[in-house]
Amino acid sequence: MRLPDAKIPPGPLEHKWQAWIDQHRLVGPNNRSGKNVIVIGTGLAGASAAASLAAQGFGVKSFCFQDSPRRAHSIAAQGGINASKDYANEGDSVRRLFADTMKGGDFRSREANVWRLAELSENIIDQAVAQGVPFNREYGGQLATRSFGGVLVQRTFYSRGQTGQQLLLGAYSALEQQVAAGNAVVHSRHEMLDVVIVDGEARGVIVRNLVTGEIERHAADAVILASGGYTNVYYLSTNAMGSNVTAAWRAHRHGALMANPSYTQIHPTCIPQSGEYQSKLTLMSESLRNDGRVWVPRKGGDDRPPAEIPEDERFYYLEERYPSFGNLAPRDIASRAAKVVCDDGLGVGPTGRGVYLDFRDAIAQRGRDVVEVRYGNLFEMYENITGENPYETPMMIYPAPHYAMGGLWVDYELQTTIPGLFAIGEANFSDHGANRLGASALMQALADGYFIVPHTVAHHLTADRESVSTTDSAFDTAQDAVESHITRLMDVGGTKAAQVFHRELGNVMLDYCGMARNAPGLEKALTEIGEIRENFWSDLRVDPGRDEFNQSLEYANRVSDFLELGELMCLDALRREESCGGHFREEYETDDGEALRDDERFAKVTAWEYQGDDGDPVPHDEQLSFENVKLATRSYK
Amino acid sequence: MVEFWRSTIGKKTFVAVTGTILVGYLILHMVGNLNSLFGPTGAEPRVDWYAGWLRELGEPLLPFAGALWIVRAILLGSVIIHITGVVQLRFRNRDARPARYPARKIGRSWESGVMMTSGILLAAFIVFHILQFTTLTVDVTPLHHEQVYFNLYNAFQEWYFVAIYLVALILIGVHLRHGIWSLVQTLGLDSPARNRGIRYGATTLTLVIVVGFALVPILFWTGLLDAPEPPAATITAIAGGLTG
Amino acid sequence: MNFTLEIWRQFDTGEEGRYEDFTVEGIDPEASFLEMLDQLNERLTEEERRTVAFDSDCREGICGTCSLVINDTPHGPRQVTSCQTYMRDFEDGATIRVEPFRSTTFPVIRDLVTDRSALDRVIQAGGYTGATTGPQPEPNSMPVAPEVQEKAMDAAICIGCGACVAACPNGAAMLFTGAKVTHLNLLPQGQAERGNRANSMVEQMDEEGFGGCTNFGECSRVCPQEISLDVIGMLNREYRKARLSRDPKDPPTMLAQ
Repeated sequence: MRLPDAKIPPGPLEHKWQAWIDQHRLVGPNNRSGKNVIVIGTGLAGASAAASLAAQGFGVKSFCFQDSPRRAHSIAAQGGINASKDYANEGDSVRRLFADTMKGGDFRSREANVWRLAELSENIIDQAVAQGVPFNREYGGQLATRSFGGVLVQRTFYSRGQTGQQLLLGAYSALEQQVAAGNAVVHSRHEMLDVVIVDGEARGVIVRNLVTGEIERHAADAVILASGGYTNVYYLSTNAMGSNVTAAWRAHRHGALMANPSYTQIHPTCIPQSGEYQSKLTLMSESLRNDGRVWVPRKGGDDRPPAEIPEDERFYYLEERYPSFGNLAPRDIASRAAKVVCDDGLGVGPTGRGVYLDFRDAIAQRGRDVVEVRYGNLFEMYENITGENPYETPMMIYPAPHYAMGGLWVDYELQTTIPGLFAIGEANFSDHGANRLGASALMQALADGYFIVPHTVAHHLTADRESVSTTDSAFDTAQDAVESHITRLMDVGGTKAAQVFHRELGNVMLDYCGMARNAPGLEKALTEIGEIRENFWSDLRVDPGRDEFNQSLEYANRVSDFLELGELMCLDALRREESCGGHFREEYETDDGEALRDDERFAKVTAWEYQGDDGDPVPHDEQLSFENVKLATRSYK
Repeated sequence: MVEFWRSTIGKKTFVAVTGTILVGYLILHMVGNLNSLFGPTGAEPRVDWYAGWLRELGEPLLPFAGALWIVRAILLGSVIIHITGVVQLRFRNRDARPARYPARKIGRSWESGVMMTSGILLAAFIVFHILQFTTLTVDVTPLHHEQVYFNLYNAFQEWYFVAIYLVALILIGVHLRHGIWSLVQTLGLDSPARNRGIRYGATTLTLVIVVGFALVPILFWTGLLDAPEPPAATITAIAGGLTG
Repeated sequence: MNFTLEIWRQFDTGEEGRYEDFTVEGIDPEASFLEMLDQLNERLTEEERRTVAFDSDCREGICGTCSLVINDTPHGPRQVTSCQTYMRDFEDGATIRVEPFRSTTFPVIRDLVTDRSALDRVIQAGGYTGATTGPQPEPNSMPVAPEVQEKAMDAAICIGCGACVAACPNGAAMLFTGAKVTHLNLLPQGQAERGNRANSMVEQMDEEGFGGCTNFGECSRVCPQEISLDVIGMLNREYRKARLSRDPKDPPTMLAQ
């Protein structure tokens, strides 16, 4: 198989999307209700896509594993959403947002896609406001913006610290409006287990009704995967418990290529793990680093309370290593630095995997009141979780897996290598390169869902297709495969819950394919993952009863896919012999320990092809060309 | 309007509006009662004069006692709507909870939990009250037509009547303390800025009503209000008996 | 820490449920309530017993999935979501009762898992503005005073968990519905459907079988987002105005001159 053309329209960057829009084919309004689209996932990307396609008049079937579409994990996004509206009159523009995103991604994303994203950012804000999203306002009633994550303009729109929630509820309500209008149907507590391919095109899905256990078949003219990211492969992450790779992975097994799977973002400011039993890591907004100072004791094993450690025995490692950006170094840099000091045995907290984020000086200089106004709600949240008061004792933080830049390979139309199968939002690989900037994930998910797939999928639907019935033999084959996978899980008959294996996988992934990677470590990880997989398939136990509500079966099924994904991530990390963004290979660093890109060999996307359970995945490369930005080394010294 | 009545909020609104009417009536009734505090005042006690005035109100535009009957009709209608609405809501609410799981009390006031009980007891009391002082059916103590002061005085010489009325007043207090706050909320007249005031207002108004009513039986029973002149009818009867 | 748990076990919607006692030992006080249940389930798996079903997803208090009644209080003792309840909030050795959210409108699917889709249907009835995807007016052409935005946001932060319904002695969903109506009806973008929204959402709420409000205020006391009872006053007002005003579909006819 050859990697298909990315279908980037010719012409100047600024006009590519309009040119595409002007030329794409249309389905007449009267013919739309006969064309059906399946949307998997109801996060920002899925809900906005489903709502938009249904509003155009297409028949939409939407699926989510949660009990309501409103619970998708986009809801947890805190900070904000970028748009180049330049309300602050700073000279912000589409070009600047484009350039920042390209640079933030360490020049590993497609120019045409990123430009389109920047271009659509303004429409997203308009759309959200029209839906009643209560963005923060200035005193005159105008929209408020703030700066975020290492850019020099204030282009981030926000609703307190719950921007993701408000945007998702906007998209959710738009979807529910279409449900009420009869254009869309939402199947909640349904999990997609396979994509059905008829004559080379995605024409349906096999889903499991999580309440009854029934395996259902749904046919359509196109399938959109908006199933989110896969950082739960690390077991502990900021993702929701249910976030999983299953939908994307099953598509991958059918021939959809998986691009840059090793690009994952480890967010620097999370509450550290407190014990083995822990199920989830909680993110604390990056904004805390504006006033908090990050440090560890200079001496390893120093177990004095932080307040008793004198100034000259404190190691403010970010300030020392990056004097100009200091505590505000970008996410990938700050995360790696925390790992390095903890590896050196300087970490604090019960696990030794934590660093202090100290507000003592900020409180002394600016007063407690000012700190409270800025961060009061975050301090409260921290205290609620840890039981410690950050006004009196420094916070402890540690990086945590947060976002997957990698995902299913898609072309400019967001179509995967399987015709008729689209991937949007975090599920695709497209716009963030090797590192995502803050407040860009919401922007991308909504650009994909509101403004891109409604056109590209409609374009796909113009072709004449024979209608497919769920009695087609392709559905039989797919259902058989799904059933036999479930049977296999049910029949292991071991003694351990899936979370045991998941936890082991997570430890391996975090140690060897996390913030810092090297060839021997990755090789080791591949061996260890193989062993965990073997143990999984010999010692797993799930609750009996496949034709009923069975959470342990759901979970085991997801873990079985994570185990396969983990291997692919390590292979990808191994093959990419350079450091870029979130992918840091210790063999490839500058003299002062910074990421060393190799643009000669790796200014490209690696898309992996599945070769069956026994075959080795085959990489395909898409060369990236940079005509509108200059490749430069990122420096934050 | 029919649709409005059918909805839970609509029914609640009817309950609140009729509740408001009844509270309004209570205030008037209490003020009227306070006429007793003037004492027997010679030939016609002030409260008797007031009762007569109520009957003659609106004459000649209205027939004798016409205004009184209009008020009675409004009150009766209000009570019926109030009770019907509440009972229907009660059934709905019961169905909305699984049978065996009472909701634990988290912070609700105990008054709010006994609205149904206090309401039923109050309804029973009102029937008794009408039978005693309006229709004069419960004539344990001597009762005479249009001689309010005389009737009150005699009834409240008995400790058990005083007790019944005081208990009823406590019930009214319990019912109103949640009821007044609740009707404000149901009518949507609350606002964050006003809520504290509304809460205090509800309690104060309740207290005023309860104390105002309670003065009458207490003052009669403690003897602070003098015995009435022997009623004219009685005198005539005695005189008639003597001459006959 | 050690605890005795009385957990509600119910195999299916129609089945009778009962309490089953479990003991858990060696629990870290820093573990969350749900992590304590995770550990119980891991052990039950090893003992080849059926695990306890419960819902959770984000485990950071925002998705609204978790829905336990802990010691007779929806979400537990601290007015935060079940997932944000920690074992340090309980006494060592305590007996803790764990149940699903109780309401006729939330049928139990299994054990501690309920079906709260009634809340989605209330939103379907009108919890949106009419804006469909496409070009929209420039947001700053419709200024919104920050006080209004704040008030709308105070209501918009509802996570739709349904604790209000579970806490209400009447099983009413007034806080949930009121929050959505308040959010949208306060904003200029929500004005076009203002009356219809109140009407149809209340109608749907009644149809689903939720009870009526008698102003106990328990909903607000368990709400992890601390949504105020004021949204109920607002809902009452909006509904009354909408229902008692002339039907917009039936405008007064003009008199011919």
